[in-house]
Amino acid sequence: MRFEHKDILDIEALSVQDITMILDTAEGMKGISKRAVKKVPTLRGKTIILLFQEPSTRTRSSFDIAAKRLSADSISLSKSTSSIVKGETLIDTARTLEAMNPDVIVIRHPSSGAPHLIAKHVNASVINAGDGIHGHPTQALLDLMTVREKKGSLSGLNISIVGDISHSRVARSNITGFTMMGAKVTVAAPATMIPKGVESLGCRIAPDMDSCVENADVIMMLRIQKERQENILFPTEREYATLYGLNDRRLKLAAGDAIVMHPGPLNRGVEITNEVANGANAVILDQVTNGVALRMALFYLVAGGSRNVDTV
Amino acid sequence: MLTRFKGAHIVDPGNINEHRDLLIKDGRIHGLLDPGAVDPEPGIETIDVTGMILVPGLIDIHVHLREPGHEYKETIQSGLMAAAHGGFTAVCPMPNTNPVNDSAQVTRFILERAKEAGLCRVYPVGAITRGLKGDTLAEYGDMRQAGMVAITDDGRPVDNARVMRRAMEYAEGLGLPVISHSEELSLAGDGAMNEGTVATRLGIRGIPNAAESIMVMREIALAELTSARVHIAHVSCEESVEAIRQGKKRGVKVTCETAPHYFTLTDEAVADYDTHAKMNPPLRTEKDRLAVIQGLIDGTIDCIATDHAPHSPLEKEVEFDQAAFGIIGLETSLALSLKLVHDELITMETLVEKMSRNPALFLGIDNRLVPGNPGDITVIDPDKVHVLDPADFVSKSRNTPFAGIEVKGEAFLTMVEGRIIYQRRI
Repeated sequence: MRFEHKDILDIEALSVQDITMILDTAEGMKGISKRAVKKVPTLRGKTIILLFQEPSTRTRSSFDIAAKRLSADSISLSKSTSSIVKGETLIDTARTLEAMNPDVIVIRHPSSGAPHLIAKHVNASVINAGDGIHGHPTQALLDLMTVREKKGSLSGLNISIVGDISHSRVARSNITGFTMMGAKVTVAAPATMIPKGVESLGCRIAPDMDSCVENADVIMMLRIQKERQENILFPTEREYATLYGLNDRRLKLAAGDAIVMHPGPLNRGVEITNEVANGANAVILDQVTNGVALRMALFYLVAGGSRNVDTV
Repeated sequence: MLTRFKGAHIVDPGNINEHRDLLIKDGRIHGLLDPGAVDPEPGIETIDVTGMILVPGLIDIHVHLREPGHEYKETIQSGLMAAAHGGFTAVCPMPNTNPVNDSAQVTRFILERAKEAGLCRVYPVGAITRGLKGDTLAEYGDMRQAGMVAITDDGRPVDNARVMRRAMEYAEGLGLPVISHSEELSLAGDGAMNEGTVATRLGIRGIPNAAESIMVMREIALAELTSARVHIAHVSCEESVEAIRQGKKRGVKVTCETAPHYFTLTDEAVADYDTHAKMNPPLRTEKDRLAVIQGLIDGTIDCIATDHAPHSPLEKEVEFDQAAFGIIGLETSLALSLKLVHDELITMETLVEKMSRNPALFLGIDNRLVPGNPGDITVIDPDKVHVLDPADFVSKSRNTPFAGIEVKGEAFLTMVEGRIIYQRRI
């Protein structure tokens, strides 16, 4: 089987076979990070540009480390160091970068669809590292990887996603990804945070958090963004924590071996209690570790030698 | 000089709907002849339009010609060429230029430029509030004297209901209709497309139907309060159609228009972040599309206007949420509207009502094809199958979601005051 995609823009553009191949490849990559010398020559001579137009620490460093572990040359451009602040259009930025012959452009951008726009104008592979409130496919893939690793398979699992679904690119990509892989996704949030027609992505809406997490195999908590408070999404953080925070009592409603996930950064005491975040069920740091392997796999698949290489 | 249009089927709502020949003399309608009748005098010019439909000139009451201020998108000259190409003999340019058409000076400038172009008639629409800022009334009396025919803050709503009330009262005293861009901004927020399944999938912030219909209801209530004539611009959704239907039933002086994209496309057209499918109000769902068609059928919707909104690639080849709202329409409107006739949803006569008669009534013009009236006519080739290609457009802009679509029918000839301003090369 070959990997046929030039770009990683959306989860929905991938097939079940593609996703399985990506996860298998990522598992193979995981060992590299555990070695004393954490570097292989696979992508030597390849250039990877990390174009981050939004603040990001974990995602950018994860991509950067992934590129370096494969010996690619990576260069990081942030909003303040790019010409975007000088009024350059995104297409001009893309064309300028393209003229330097990169192999992969990783983009994080506040506008939904920005990676798609760039992909239309460059020959380099484009990887979406989060666009607006649309998608975060690499996050979804690393979450799928983490769940598959912990649970053995994805099919038939009950996945609960709780939090601001409306403004979460992580939620959109994860609902789509888990549903594609045969899991059952249920979401819960105040109605102000449930976007119209979200069921069309394949999930079910629970009436409240307790029924959402009941018998869940996986509970994924989303970060409550305090800056969104101006949108009047909920009255207070205190009330939000009461109605939609994950605490020990609610965790007990889930399956005994349920895992707790969070894309980070955490608001301890708001969407998740300190105890649960530090507890035995939490796999939040495994997600981070897998993120590096998963991104190594994607770089390898889109840029390894010639595109469409056979799997490792 | 006498001109005879020979072989046409004339459709002039309420007046003629049959095969007749039309005579134009000295810029005016001269009379009708039975097909095959001998020429009334020797040496007259004959234009053979056999198989075509001849109608009173099409009028587009909602266009943006971008001049003054945004000439890189469109000029009055290029916009009027596009109008002529699309079969329009008259257009109403909106006031959101730079400077805004909120003074007699700007109104006169627009009319001066239109005169130089020597193409379609231009009926400028002035601003409701100075600078479109929503607080103080513009000088309607002065502008009316200069040739302004209606007022609107199009592109923006008049947020403050008291200001809108006063504008309606004042305009009514001057006999001017008020055109409402109906949008509740606090509800539309920073939305960029219709709120719904597609927006959820694409992660684009949505604009709910209620952002439009709430304001439509407010305008109807204010029209009822003030007895003013209010015209709702670019109706896009079911709830607005229904509110207007009810308002009309109660006898409120409310009229409205829709645009071809609202009865042709749905929000699915945004597909892969296509900024050419971004306009305000946004493309809605199939339910709304059908409600708009129903409104056209039952007479709730009076006019088809284009909301011709030229933008350059600078505004459109950008991130979706950053892109400007609006599409061009003058050169696609007739073909898209004819589809309603070909699909037997409305008759040709109804189409002419929506695109010519009712717009004329809105402007207080008698455009019936009767002797003495101005020789403003459009000849339509109803069966010409072709593919819409922006390369064929004479507008300065190319921002249309209809590129590559196969359509049936187009303008064959456009005549203003007896002068041919556009004729297709056979």
